Amino acid sequence: MAQPAITAHAIEKRFGGNLAVAGVNLEVAEREVYGFLGPNGAGKSTLTRVLCTLLAPTSGSATVAGYDVLAEPTAVRLRIGVALQEAALDDKQTGEEMLRLQGRFYGMDRRRTAARVAELRELIDIGDALGERVGTYSGGMKRRLDLALALVHDPQVLFLDEPTTGLDPVSRASVWAEVRRLNRELGVTVFLTTQYLEEADELAGRVGIINHGAIVAEGTPADLMRTIGTDLVVVDVDGDLDRARSTLGGVPGVLDVGVDGRSLVASVDDGAKAISPLALALAHDGVEVRELALRRPTLDDVFFSVTGQRIAEEDGTVAR
Amino acid sequence: MTAGAVSSPLPGASPRADTAGRPAGFWRDLTSVAIRALRQIPREPEAIYPALVIPLFFFAVNVGTLSDVASFAGVSDFKAFQIPVAIVFAVTGVSRASALVVDITGGYFDRLLVTPMHRTALLLGLMLADLALVIALSVPVVLLGYVLGVRFATGVAGVLVFLLLAGLWGLAFTGFPYAIALRTGSPAAVNSSFLLFFPFAFLTTTFLPLDALSGWLATAARFNPVTYLLAALRALIMDGWALTPLLQGLAAIAGVGLVSFVLAFRSLRSRTSRR
Repeated sequence: MAQPAITAHAIEKRFGGNLAVAGVNLEVAEREVYGFLGPNGAGKSTLTRVLCTLLAPTSGSATVAGYDVLAEPTAVRLRIGVALQEAALDDKQTGEEMLRLQGRFYGMDRRRTAARVAELRELIDIGDALGERVGTYSGGMKRRLDLALALVHDPQVLFLDEPTTGLDPVSRASVWAEVRRLNRELGVTVFLTTQYLEEADELAGRVGIINHGAIVAEGTPADLMRTIGTDLVVVDVDGDLDRARSTLGGVPGVLDVGVDGRSLVASVDDGAKAISPLALALAHDGVEVRELALRRPTLDDVFFSVTGQRIAEEDGTVAR
Repeated sequence: MTAGAVSSPLPGASPRADTAGRPAGFWRDLTSVAIRALRQIPREPEAIYPALVIPLFFFAVNVGTLSDVASFAGVSDFKAFQIPVAIVFAVTGVSRASALVVDITGGYFDRLLVTPMHRTALLLGLMLADLALVIALSVPVVLLGYVLGVRFATGVAGVLVFLLLAGLWGLAFTGFPYAIALRTGSPAAVNSSFLLFFPFAFLTTTFLPLDALSGWLATAARFNPVTYLLAALRALIMDGWALTPLLQGLAAIAGVGLVSFVLAFRSLRSRTSRR
């Protein structure tokens, strides 16, 4: 029925010899929150910049809000709001001056801009600080102003490139609340990139996992987690990893066993039922177990199962 | 609400209310950029202190040390001779290029690029602000001259033309730092661009008239556009309305402006291209 908010067809972006985006196909429905999850350098930002008309793809095509990003950039620009990685602000102006200026760039008259600024003041909960110079803002306030700037012209599609990277947990939660509200109340389609699994899980209706420039898995967070079993049993082993692995693999009900450092991760359908046979089998084979834990799968586990890497390992900034 | 539709959307397009945005138009884009730039200037006064202090310093030093020497070279009123130098020192190299680099490195430039604004307005708006600023910077120098008894042979109209020439020269020169800012996006490179000021400002008739120069310096001065600019400015003060120096001065400004603008707008195009 409705036109998709974003489509990408075989998008490739090459910088010199480096293939940053390697043939991405994508379709995001109107009013959807789509989370693009991947480690630093996976190609998230490059694809976002292609969709935002800042970069032309080396090959492939894309539409945003029904317009071709290459052929009709102005039509796309009018309909998208963009908050890129760094809060892109001007420390020398006040928040209000920045918002009014942004309105001018979108051809809005003074009255309309003023009305919009009043609305956004409520929405982003920034209050009196709007009259202060941006240089005095905290990181969280800058992020919220950044978001407000992206919304001045009431865009249909909002691009958020790592909207909470570097924020404290409280500020992060408040940005999440805004994004949810924008999507629910205003029907804004949100395309969000993140390296935080929790963020994708919290916000996105659908998640695409990108690694080395290609989408390696896609679906709702629940679907993706289900692909690797309902529960995970994590076994920290002291001795021979391979022997322990084959022991675990032989236990009925174990779907798959992965190796993650010194840990073995067994996917099982029902953790409560599987855990005691697993423990018994390990004890029987004389495997020295340091720790045995049962947990629900996370998007990180999905990421690990499709890429063989933890997101945290690649960039070192995401605490596990 | 749909005034912004630049072309019709694909069949079956979104039923949601269309954006509130529409292209603002070139002139509005231009003034938006210029307004922001002018608003920044008083909030960052330290950026223009050099442009206020350097010309006054050189004026005092040059007049103090060279007045007597210059009289041997046929300059009777060395203060009047030095006011144009002070003006050139005040306006040459003044630009928003450092602020532009901050925008580029901080991401605000990208924010502007995802708006529907005209790309050329990004640079022309800054230049418009520069023109206003350099004319403003020229005023204290002219006032200083007035206080010290320098009078214009061409009267009030001459003062206005003098300020206009100074402003246009300042504007013509801005293309160089902008080209460097857009090409490199590097604050250090933009800071180094002030080196360009030296050959333009000193390999010329800064201290003595062209006839008094000799050897390689005389040759360099003959090829330096600032020589003709200074001649035009000095003529307005000391000689009255003389067409030849004025036209030569304008031609010098236009020549420098052409080169610097071509460099700057090429750099803008490469910076804003989506490669």
